[in-house]
Amino acid sequence: MKILVCIKQVPQKDAPLKLNESGTWIREDVSYEVNEPDAYALEEALRQKEKHGGEVVVITAGPARSQQVLREALAKGADRAIHLEDDKFVQLDSTNTARAIAAAVAEENFDLIVTGLQSDDFGAAQTGVLLAEILGLPHATIIIGIEKTDSGLHLKRELEAGHYQYVDLPTPAVLTIQSGINKLRYASLIGIKQAKNKPLRKVAWAEVEPKLSKNLQQIERLYVPVKQKKTEMIDGPAAEVARKVTEYLKNTARVI
Amino acid sequence: MADTILVVAEQREGKLNRVSFETIAGAQAIAKEMGWTVEVVLAGSGIASLAQELAGKAVVRVYALEAPVLATYTSDAYVFALKQLIQDKQPKLVLFPHTYQVRDFAPRLALALGRTLIADAIGYKHENGKLLFTRQMFQGKFAADVSFGSDGPWLATFQIGAFRGDQAEGSATVENISAAVADGPARVTPHEVFQEAKQAVDLSQSEVIVAVGRGIKEQKNLALAEELAKALGGEVAASRPICDNGWLPLERQIGSSGQTVAPKLYFALGISGAIQHIVGMKGSSTIVAINKDPEAPIFEIADVGVVGNLFDIVPALTEEIKKAKA
Repeated sequence: MKILVCIKQVPQKDAPLKLNESGTWIREDVSYEVNEPDAYALEEALRQKEKHGGEVVVITAGPARSQQVLREALAKGADRAIHLEDDKFVQLDSTNTARAIAAAVAEENFDLIVTGLQSDDFGAAQTGVLLAEILGLPHATIIIGIEKTDSGLHLKRELEAGHYQYVDLPTPAVLTIQSGINKLRYASLIGIKQAKNKPLRKVAWAEVEPKLSKNLQQIERLYVPVKQKKTEMIDGPAAEVARKVTEYLKNTARVI
Repeated sequence: MADTILVVAEQREGKLNRVSFETIAGAQAIAKEMGWTVEVVLAGSGIASLAQELAGKAVVRVYALEAPVLATYTSDAYVFALKQLIQDKQPKLVLFPHTYQVRDFAPRLALALGRTLIADAIGYKHENGKLLFTRQMFQGKFAADVSFGSDGPWLATFQIGAFRGDQAEGSATVENISAAVADGPARVTPHEVFQEAKQAVDLSQSEVIVAVGRGIKEQKNLALAEELAKALGGEVAASRPICDNGWLPLERQIGSSGQTVAPKLYFALGISGAIQHIVGMKGSSTIVAINKDPEAPIFEIADVGVVGNLFDIVPALTEEIKKAKA
């Protein structure tokens, strides 16, 4: 199978995020990492290749710094990478991001396209589904199991509240992958070495721009959420905190 | 004629998904403010009684959109049928509950209509004649007000729990519509929905839950949470990453993909408070959060917040509670 994996670089989970001066985006001087569900999508692609042969190609859209997630993917075993490289890709909505990816891979015929079910930054959970619509392919979301069959794919979907469903799809198809579908691997030293010589194709903004349109949704402002509850913050040494919390539970909340 | 809001209700196997009522409540609130009216559509096959149930809400009309191919959900059939209906009826705004099913088809539907979908909104604002939708970003660390940049129909999904589902009653007319069906064979073959082996613990019945997240760092540290739960007579639960690691069974996972709970007391130990977790526990009466990050979104909904090292605080707390209960 020839597999495309769409991955994104997002701020690290515990990075202290600050708003920019205009309150429209975060300050970009933070540490980044690969979006976690995308890491699972990559791992699943590598496992499918190991079972059935083929090729794994990774793609990302973002500034120069996001090359890091492609290098890591190559070190883990991806065969080559495509980088839609420009600061402007960060502010695209899901539809335009999907259009940019579709334009960058227009010459390739993938059997399978996988990506994480959502990103830790925007969290819109749309890019994979939109990519399927743009490419005219069937899709399935929130996948926690992939089995190749003679005619396509036998997939396990996660539903809400502990429910599941199997679906069958023909290939080529687009899947969004749920975290936890597999166990992530680490890059080996030899993998990291080999990654340096693997092909990485850069695609400039101008090459895909004709395929993009105006963002149909705009972030007017970004802000720290207004508190819904009055929170009693307790601090001090551990013993004192323990005493105060217990007092609260006993006398104020009356739950013990 | 006034603009309309079309709510896309959800059903599976003859049962309405109750979150549809929350979305109707959200639509009613917007309609009241904008001077619009609310209509509802339910897609399926043999859904007359469900459509009647929806017609008991204060809405103008309920469309029962029927076709045999809609009996079991597939994204292709839903997109095709709803696209046709929306093009015919031209609502100003189309609202959905942010369910797994909606996440599966609504983005495709929006693009098929040449429009966009604002996903997972927690509320709305009406400012200077502009309708804005508020959604969480960066795992709940920030909120964003988002506007539409084109003409309607606008599409948006509301997060589970964003509105209360017990809203004004009414009596609407039900209109039956034969859904548009695509030519050619279906691409996706869905099989039956099922649950894995019967769950041994029903956390929704627990009065006290001690939940752990990434902050617990290692599996062996779960003992701290277990000790605290034991002292309180409660159950141990976790956010998704802990169960993904196999440190606790999936049946102890709280959140959108796991269980939804509302105990009297909920401890969140080292849980940052991503949206997917919050929706599963925000109904808890008293929430105590312990986290090293003062900016963690869990503090937004906590009654008691402690910024600090849970490895120091939790053992001390367990001892205090034992003393208090002795």
